Amino acid sequence: MMRRVLAIVMLACLWAGVVQAQGGPLRIEITEGVVEPLPFAAPPFVAETAGAADWGQRIAQVVADDLNGTGLFRQIPAGAFISQITSFAAPVAFADWRAINAQALITGAVQTDGAGNLVVKFRVYDVFAGTELGAGLQFAGTEDGWRRMAHKVADAVYSRITGEGGYFDSRVVFVSEAGPKDNRRKRLAIMDYDGANVQYLTDSSALVLAPRFSPTGDRVLYTSYESGFPRIKILDVGSVRSRTLEQGDGTMSFAPRFAPGGQSVVYSLSTGGNTDLYRLDLASGGTARLTSAPGIETAPSYSPDGSRIVFESDRSGTQQLYIMPAGGGEAQRISFGEGRYGTPVWSPRGDLIAFTKQSKGRFHIGVMRTDGSEERLLTASFLDEGPTWAPNGRVIMFARETQGAQGTSSLYSVDVSGRNLKRVRTPDGASDPAWSPLQ
Amino acid sequence: MTPIKAILLSAVALSVAACANPNRFDNEVDLSATRAAPAPVTPVGPSIDSPEYFKQSVGDRVLFAVDQSTLSPAAMRTLDAQAAWLTTNSDYIATIEGHADEQGTREYNLALGARRSNAVKEYLVSKGIPEARLKVVTYGKERPIEICSEEACYAKNRRAVTIISGGLTS
Repeated sequence: MMRRVLAIVMLACLWAGVVQAQGGPLRIEITEGVVEPLPFAAPPFVAETAGAADWGQRIAQVVADDLNGTGLFRQIPAGAFISQITSFAAPVAFADWRAINAQALITGAVQTDGAGNLVVKFRVYDVFAGTELGAGLQFAGTEDGWRRMAHKVADAVYSRITGEGGYFDSRVVFVSEAGPKDNRRKRLAIMDYDGANVQYLTDSSALVLAPRFSPTGDRVLYTSYESGFPRIKILDVGSVRSRTLEQGDGTMSFAPRFAPGGQSVVYSLSTGGNTDLYRLDLASGGTARLTSAPGIETAPSYSPDGSRIVFESDRSGTQQLYIMPAGGGEAQRISFGEGRYGTPVWSPRGDLIAFTKQSKGRFHIGVMRTDGSEERLLTASFLDEGPTWAPNGRVIMFARETQGAQGTSSLYSVDVSGRNLKRVRTPDGASDPAWSPLQ
Repeated sequence: MTPIKAILLSAVALSVAACANPNRFDNEVDLSATRAAPAPVTPVGPSIDSPEYFKQSVGDRVLFAVDQSTLSPAAMRTLDAQAAWLTTNSDYIATIEGHADEQGTREYNLALGARRSNAVKEYLVSKGIPEARLKVVTYGKERPIEICSEEACYAKNRRAVTIISGGLTS
């Protein structure tokens, strides 16, 4: 029943989006209307060994934060609880949870072995049906991986209730920024999707731009000015070792992105003032030129099946979006609205393309279908830029820079419906986010 | 003001106007020769063959219109002077940095900066500077010199800057 309740809520969102899309030819009103979120209770996970109570509190809180953060769920505060969960195995007093209108109840338990290892179990209940939703699950890991275990619990809960894949056990690689606009220092950083566990992957001795994850999240492509010129580097996340990909003298390369198999890279190379798209095979180092128009061709992104590439080009006179076969060849223009379109990124579900749009002095993050139809703008500000998709294709993260001499850049996320716009916390300024696959 | 002073002032004004004549480089005069003559009367300031002189007196940068890489007549005059200096000071090499203002996406601005630096390079090559002495680099919107979010700042950030560095033999 609960699954049905939320499925209805989510269908309603999609339906509203379609209605808006049909309201005009391309221009869509941006709405951030609130869908009634599903109330849930996540009491502290039961401590089944000595010393596990603290973990039980913290894990339940991360699970609740994950679900709250989607805007689709609303945590009922512990102060409202009528009964407590003191045993993971004991029958649930559903009436007590119905009385506080908890539609979902998440119970869990934690064991520690005193040697740095945790075991986490959980169950999800449909309170009004009085039944368990799916089977109980158990995760084992080390204490320093406790947040990942909590994210895995939340992903399972999200997935069971929405019928969609989760995205909480994922990471974001981004550019950490410090200093004023005319002396900005940039370095690569990686963190959990929610801003926890920030680690720096480079120092700020050389300008770095636009990191992108490999399909398995183990490597990162980025652009570095270490040589004095923009060159593409590839970095192993585990060892934090990097190397420059082969480049010819007198060229500049940037905007790299992995092909879905992770074996090759598509990127932009500028030579003689002309910027075109190339593909580089990582094993052999061999390159192939994919475009040869005299204009600017950049910001390429593969379709999830690897058969096509969406990119931006100014061959028509202004920045617009095009799709071509992965091996190059004739490109179809897909953006026809007013303004300029850049930084296209193919959704991991394959259905949508997210982009940055500039129109009338404002920047927007938007989405459109792969044929360019049903364009919807999700955000508007002085400068929004560079969308990246959550692994389940339902949330987009991007960078927002504020106006003026004191302007700084921060990360934001927004639901693909345009709802739930919120800032992602980072220690300093941040730009160029790229979301990892689910770990 | 006495009549004599007024006459003197207007004479000064005329000479200033002559100096500011925007067509002063149209005849492709040998700038090294014309600039060398008054040098002895200015005991301070960088030597005429120094990168500092290039930056301060020749003019190290040209500006561009929004989203354009076309050289304006004013930009060409500056580049004529750069070419003349580089011809005279043939030991130096130059790196041309292309920049964009903040109104634009990161990758596009990198490509736009590449276009701007290349436009400058091609112009200098057309004036006889060997290609081997000229490098180009784009910074896109990463290195603004003015930080306000207004056209007054944007106009100065849409630039290509010629950086003089150690000679070919050094």
